[in-house]
Formats: sequence, C-alpha cells, structure tokens
Amino acid sequence: MSAPIISLESLTNTTSSGQLLTTAKSGGCASSSCGSSSRPTDMDSATWEKIKDHPCFSEAAHHYFARMHVAVAPACNIQCNYCNRKYDCANESRPGVVSEKLTPDQALRKVIAVANEVPQLSVLGIAGPGDACYDWKKTRATFGRVAREIPDIKLCISTNGLALPEHVDELAELNISHVTITINMVDPAVGEKIYPWIFYGHRRYTGMEAAKILHERQMLGLEMLSKRGILTKINSVMIPGVNDQHLIEVNKWVKERGAFLHNVMPLISDPAHGTWFGQTGQRGPNALELKALQDRLEGGAKLMRHCRQCRADAVGLLGTDRGQEFTLDQIPFEPGYNSGKRHAYREVVARIRDDHLAAKNQAITTLASVSVRGSLHVAVATKGGGRINEHFGHAKEFQVYEASQTGIKFVGHRKVEPYCRGGWGEEATLGGIIAALEGIDIVLCAKIGDCPQKQLMEAGIRATEAFGYDYIETAISALYAAEYGLDLSKATA
Amino acid sequence: MAFKIVASQCTQCGACEFECPSDAIEFKGEKYVIDPNKCTECEGVFELQQCASVCPVPKTCVPA
Ligand code: SF4
Ligand code: SF4
Ligand code: SF4
Repeated sequence: MSAPIISLESLTNTTSSGQLLTTAKSGGCASSSCGSSSRPTDMDSATWEKIKDHPCFSEAAHHYFARMHVAVAPACNIQCNYCNRKYDCANESRPGVVSEKLTPDQALRKVIAVANEVPQLSVLGIAGPGDACYDWKKTRATFGRVAREIPDIKLCISTNGLALPEHVDELAELNISHVTITINMVDPAVGEKIYPWIFYGHRRYTGMEAAKILHERQMLGLEMLSKRGILTKINSVMIPGVNDQHLIEVNKWVKERGAFLHNVMPLISDPAHGTWFGQTGQRGPNALELKALQDRLEGGAKLMRHCRQCRADAVGLLGTDRGQEFTLDQIPFEPGYNSGKRHAYREVVARIRDDHLAAKNQAITTLASVSVRGSLHVAVATKGGGRINEHFGHAKEFQVYEASQTGIKFVGHRKVEPYCRGGWGEEATLGGIIAALEGIDIVLCAKIGDCPQKQLMEAGIRATEAFGYDYIETAISALYAAEYGLDLSKATA
Repeated sequence: MAFKIVASQCTQCGACEFECPSDAIEFKGEKYVIDPNKCTECEGVFELQQCASVCPVPKTCVPA
C-alpha cells in the first residue's frame, strides 16, 4: 500500500486555490504498521481519546488541529504582576491581550463562522482575558450555546484557580474535558512577589494572606478535577530570580495531585506593555534558561513544550493566529453551521496520522541502529501536517527537534520575523533569524534561496530543502544516519 | 452618598457590575456607570465598597 498523498492544504485553504501539493513525496509507509491506531505507546487509550484532537494537550495533535479562544470573560479576581489588563493592541500576541470582547451570543456567531471556514478547528477555549471561572455566567452561557450547535467541539477553560472549586461540578456537567490552571508557586512567600492582591469572599486580600488563599484554592481545585477525571494542564510563568528554581517544587506538588501536563512559559516583560514586572525591570528568561529548567523538570509531570502563549482570542493552528480574519464586522450576522469541511478534514487526518506514525516508527528504528552516540539539533519550517512544508522565508517560527540514538524529541519552537516580506529578503531580519537559531545544526525547509543559505552556513548552520514535503521524523532520521555514517540501505533492509 | 466610575480609566471588565450588591452598575452606551440613586456605598452589606475592591485599576471607582 502506498502512502496517501492527500494534501491537507487543499482542504484547509479557505480562500481560493485549493491547489494540490503535487510535489508531496510519500512519507514512507512501513506496511506492517499501516492501519494501526496512531496512539503513542506510553499512553492508555482512554486518555489518548481525550487528547488526540487537542492541539495544546497533545504535541502530536498540534500538527493537525486548531483551537480558538473566545474572549467572553474579561472580569478577573486577582492581579498578577505580569499582566496589565488595560493594555490592548492588535499587534501584540500574548495571553491577557485581546482586541474584541464578546458577549456569549457574539461568541456563538464567531465560533460558527470559524468552524465553517477552518476545518482544523477542534477545540473552543475560554481563556479570559480575565478569569473564565470568576466571570462564570458568561463562560457557562457561551459553552452551553456552542455545545448545542456544534456537539463535537471540545471545550476547555483557563483559570487562575481562585474561583475554580465552586465550579467543578458544573464544569463536569458541561462536559468540559480540559482545564488549564496557572500555578506559579506553592509557597506563599514566593506568591507574594507575583500577586499584589486577590479578591475573594467579597474582600480584597494582599501580601502573604492573599497568596496563601490562592494557593489553597488552586490545590483544592486541582484535586477536585483529578478526582472527576478531567484532564488538567498546569501553566507556570517562569520568572527569573522569583520562581524559577521554585517551579521544581511546583512540578512535584501538581504531579502528586494528578496534573496531566506541566507547561512552563517564559515571562514576557516588555516595559512598553505597562505591567508591574515590565516597569520594574524584571527580565524574562532566555530560550536556553527555559530549556534548562524544562530539562530539569523532565520526569515529573509530563512537560508541554509546544505552547505558543497565544492571545485570549487566538484562532487557528498553534503558531498561526488567524484571529484578525474573524472579527465581528467580517462575519455573517447569522451564520448557519455547516459541518461538511470539518468532517472531511477529520477523515483525511485519521488516515494520514496512521501513515505519519508508521513513518515515525521507521525513523526511530533507523536511529536505534546507529551505533555512534551523538545528538543533532534540527529546526524545521512547517505549516502543519507533520511535514517540512514551509519556505524558509515565510516561516514565522521554527520547530526544534533533538535527535539522538534514543529517538526524536520535540523540544520547542523559536519565533522569528519572516525573512521574506513580499518576496524581498532583508539583511537585518536574517541576522535576527540567525540569532534565534543559536545552537541549531541544521535547518529543514521546503525551499530556501542561495543567499540566505550561504549566510546561514557562514554562521555555522546548515540549511537544506532536500527533504521538502517529507515527514519531519523521516527527514531527521535520514540526516542523523548520514551524519553518523550509517548506510541506510542496510539498516532498513 | 454614592460612588462613581472614572470612565477614562475603566477597562470595561465588568467585574464591578456583578459584585455590586445594589444593582447600581450598568453598561450604558459605551461605558459602565453607577446610578447614584441606587448606590449605597455598600453600607450595611459589606465592609468595603465592592466596586472599588474588585476594580483592577486604582482610583477608578471613587466617591462621587
Ligand atoms: S496559551 Fe498555550 S495552552 Fe493556551 S491555547 Fe495557547 S498554546 Fe494552548
Ligand atoms: S459602592 Fe457598592 S453599592 Fe455603590 S456602586 Fe460600588 S459596589 Fe455598588
Ligand atoms: S471593575 Fe473597574 S475596570 Fe472593571 S468595569 Fe468596573 S470600573 Fe471598569
């Protein structure tokens, strides 16, 4: 059986062309594993069912599925030093920032419009811009309405946890399968430096007292969710000198209480954003510090490394925000939901994923047969579908993989300014990209010009389009084998 | 006596609206406003004014 060469792009291109990627190469299908379920080996099937379409909870799913956030919950019951709720700018992309606050009815309109246009849509989240559990009436109204129209959409919320315990029963009734709690500390003395105040039980608390209450509510909420089998992801903001070392302790606590994933995110503290941390010169961690901490946490609660810290109104695959295409003034007043595109897309993905898994397994076998120990850091330009299918000049980010004899590990992403804007490469941008690719050995992309390729080479980074449209893992294993002198024809025979 | 909202500072988060025990806060036109006839300054119900306690922006819910 040959690999299905179905272009995801033909299904997902909503604008016009629908042109097939005729250049797409087969990802290599090990016939023995064709048709197998593409579930990773380290997970039970019930859990896999819950996360396989959720781009934030599953690294494998984020190649295929998209989420959208609706900003219906602007009210918040705590203040964080990394957040400035006054700030709102259409050019900024980060949590807490939102351009268009919606009523539950407007949110329903928007979800239907996006579901009609973006077949990858699988998850609807409410992540503020305030707190989804505190602003509960609007959260509940939105979920209720959307679930009635689009029953197969997954629902999830993000919360700071303070008002979580009193809503756990309703969350379960609403069939909310995924909850993210932001937990930055388990020691109130650390919390005091992050939260100036909380509003709880009709009064404002400050200092240690505030942090202690928040901590207790967070732990209680997490335990209650775990008991009901609702999957939880813990987000922690890494703040150098404040809670960076402490997050190791946080990881232990949340793991003990049943957290499914732990996602450590870097503090964003540009002074221009007007946050307390930004104004007081608190810096965020750099990419290497973040990775070092994540490496130390490995072995605790499962780590998430593909988070994009998206806006509270983000739409689309992680790494691409199509929110600006779906502002209220651009969507029909009463869009009727048409499930056609989403269903067709899911069918194709189900087939492609088996093929992708087979390719992955083949790649791992190849790596295991290399006798030399060494590792390779690879940056990939991709538009999704698990393939190397983005041009170097168009990439807004590179996904970073580490290959070693034990396998291929996704370790994160590096954001960049796209090199080509309107077809012209710019020198300054290339410098920025080279800096962002520090520590990378090889860049894989669908296309790259001679000039940027040469300049990358001068900076010690190889770039190649030789594996264009291959599966990411297939390409990396071939590279690794070549690097460490293995004759592939023998290994795969 | 009543409280008022300094509209130029308000983020329109709406937290004060649902915390007010007197149902005195409403989104009117383009902004949140406090009806001075309804506002009781939370007297007899809460120790401190709820709108001012929950508001994320200092000096936005203030005595009129
Ligand atoms: S903020 Fe992170 S967790 Fe939330 S949707 Fe975006 S990527 Fe997923
Ligand atoms: S002071 Fe109390 S009663 Fe008056 S508007 Fe504020 S919350 Fe309402
Ligand atoms: S709580 Fe403050 S910022 Fe929020 S709507 Fe009321 S006055 Fe405006």
